[in-house]
Amino acid sequence: MLEIKNLHVQLEEEDKQILKGVNLSLEAGKVHAIMGPNGSGKSTLSYVLSGKGGYEVTEGSAHLEGNDILAMEPEERAAAGLFLAFQYPVEIPGVGNMTFLRTAVNSQRKLRGEPEMSAGDFLKVVRAKAKDLKIDADMLKRPVNVGFSGGEKKRNEILQMAMLEPKMCILDETDSGLDVDAMKLVAQGVNALRDGKRTFLVITHYQRLLDHIKPDVVHIMAAGRIIKSGGPELALEVENNGYADLLEETA
Amino acid sequence: MAMDDVQVKDGVDAETVEAVKALSGAYKYGWNTEIEMEYAPKGLSEDIVRLISSKNEEPEWMLDWRLDAYRRWLKLTEPDWAMVDYPKIDFQDQYYYARPKSMEEKPKSLDDVDPKLLETYKKLGIPLKEQALLAGVEAPEGERRVAVDAVFDSVSVGTTFQAELMKAGVIFCSISEAIREHPELVRKYLGTVVPVSDNYYATLNSAVFSDGSFVYIPPGVRCPMELSTYFRINAENTGQFERTLIIADKESYVSYLEGCTAPQRDIAQLHAAVVELVLLDDAEIKYSTVQNWYPGDENGKGGIYNFVTKRADCRGDRSKVMWTQVETGSAVTWKYPSCVLRGDDSQGEFYSIAIANNMQQADTGTKMVHLGKNTKSRIVSKGISAGKAQNTYRGLVSMHPKAKNSRNYTQCDSLLIGDKCGAHTVPYIEVKNNSSRVEHEATTSKVDDDQLFYCRSRGMGEEDAVALVVNGFCKEVLQALPMEFAMEAQALVAISLEGSVG
Repeated sequence: MLEIKNLHVQLEEEDKQILKGVNLSLEAGKVHAIMGPNGSGKSTLSYVLSGKGGYEVTEGSAHLEGNDILAMEPEERAAAGLFLAFQYPVEIPGVGNMTFLRTAVNSQRKLRGEPEMSAGDFLKVVRAKAKDLKIDADMLKRPVNVGFSGGEKKRNEILQMAMLEPKMCILDETDSGLDVDAMKLVAQGVNALRDGKRTFLVITHYQRLLDHIKPDVVHIMAAGRIIKSGGPELALEVENNGYADLLEETA
Repeated sequence: MAMDDVQVKDGVDAETVEAVKALSGAYKYGWNTEIEMEYAPKGLSEDIVRLISSKNEEPEWMLDWRLDAYRRWLKLTEPDWAMVDYPKIDFQDQYYYARPKSMEEKPKSLDDVDPKLLETYKKLGIPLKEQALLAGVEAPEGERRVAVDAVFDSVSVGTTFQAELMKAGVIFCSISEAIREHPELVRKYLGTVVPVSDNYYATLNSAVFSDGSFVYIPPGVRCPMELSTYFRINAENTGQFERTLIIADKESYVSYLEGCTAPQRDIAQLHAAVVELVLLDDAEIKYSTVQNWYPGDENGKGGIYNFVTKRADCRGDRSKVMWTQVETGSAVTWKYPSCVLRGDDSQGEFYSIAIANNMQQADTGTKMVHLGKNTKSRIVSKGISAGKAQNTYRGLVSMHPKAKNSRNYTQCDSLLIGDKCGAHTVPYIEVKNNSSRVEHEATTSKVDDDQLFYCRSRGMGEEDAVALVVNGFCKEVLQALPMEFAMEAQALVAISLEGSVG
């Protein structure tokens, strides 16, 4: 599904290398997790994949189903099936949540040459999906993320994901700022989207999210590289011993 | 579209031509109607004023009024306090009167109107003829009807639904017709809100206005449909000076819409209008404008110079006026729709979106003059600047000594797109009593890269993302517009900002 080869990235503004040769191969239908200490480059990886400005790819490649996504505009990547659930979802004053969702769904359809979703159909689908995530009618009407609690913002990200039905989902620290109940709700939402074909890349600091979203593969990232990969047990190892041992091991 | 007749050189493929055409179409009303025109000689003099008056078959008192204005105008100097910069206007290098030749014989009904004119309005999305035909027919459920007065250069070419409005006692016609048919009303109210001596452009307008709309709503009548005037400047080097007078008698209500476009021309054109609203006891007027005059090209060539004086006089107690404007066009905008809150408990509201892109300059705002007791006013202004444009909000809130217990709330927000444009806020506040309250809030923000990336990561193109964020910023004002206008305005916001990012 997603092939990342020898990816080197630096900041555009200053000469600072952040990713120093990342290799990842995500098979369709699998859940991969990336863990790592602060500043290891996890969020940068998610931003570079989704096309945020301010980064320069100096070497390497990233392909989604064989298509070079680094050559695409952010909206084209979205239409090709890539989705990033933001660590800090952005507020857009005055734009109703529902309007935003509908514009997003229809923009992607247009880019793919598909017919737009009618207002009636859209309403039906969005109501059903919102209900699963315990998002009420009021939250759909309010401006995008404005005045939302931390939990509401993350649930809203998952709702967007459910509506856009991407092939490749990247979750950037979706557990940050959530209490246990909110995390469970979010994890349920994600698990409901696991259908054996959809691929996930879950970026997190802590093992606890992985109790709820069970990964197939766990990668440890440090200083801009993947330093170790393994099964779910790797996450438990980090939970018990911290990153220090791993970092020493590879140093 | 302006490039319909693109000259194709040999060897240029069809695709390139299409691409060029598409790019040139940013201002979609830039085409020109080829029609035989009758002009008064260029320049301004007493003779021209007399000519305009005689073309309109005006009575003596009207001519005297105009000549008085002209003589005053000669003694005035152009104001220079606004934050706009443009080459000096040569008032002798303008035509003050232009009308389609076919209008020489006044058409008796829309059937007599030159089909080319009707075609022009149809192209603008205003099918005058169809609307008139519908007059006798029941409108489909839910579909609101709008009566239209269309002004082409200097003359009104037709007013729809007149008969039906007459039944309700509403008079809706061109101002030249009103001067002939309803002189008692015109004489009583014309120039009582914006006096002849008000300001340079209003005085000029008083001397040379050629047409415009007139509305009278009798006591107790709620106007059965929305009224609308559509202004189109077509002729080259021609100023448009329309005059609108709306009188809402006791306990009456009317909602009035005004739309404007002009062809794409290299030379700037002058527009100096005056709008007067009179409100008697318990009357209410909603006046909405979508101003989309040609803004000039991205280098500031051409476009309309828009100097407009609009004022409402809430003469009656408990009267209420609401100005809503979406200003997206014009190279230079100088416009301050104002409310004189003379009656006790009267209310004035002003909602504005002003967009300036490329080299456009807008200096716009309002004046709320509180004279009566317990008067209230509310100002919501949203200014958006992009490209190299300059956008200024200028507003006066004045509480006079007798305006006890009056209140004003002003909210003034500016949004910047890019780093070469400017936003300015110039509020003037005068309070001369101890029981009134004035609140002023102002913010300035930039379209945030994070917001744009968030939208784009969900599949929206860059310009769609900007349009969405900006429409969100303007929401409070868009909501104040009548439904059909709100949709049009939303689309216009997107079109006006094309090319403002990237």
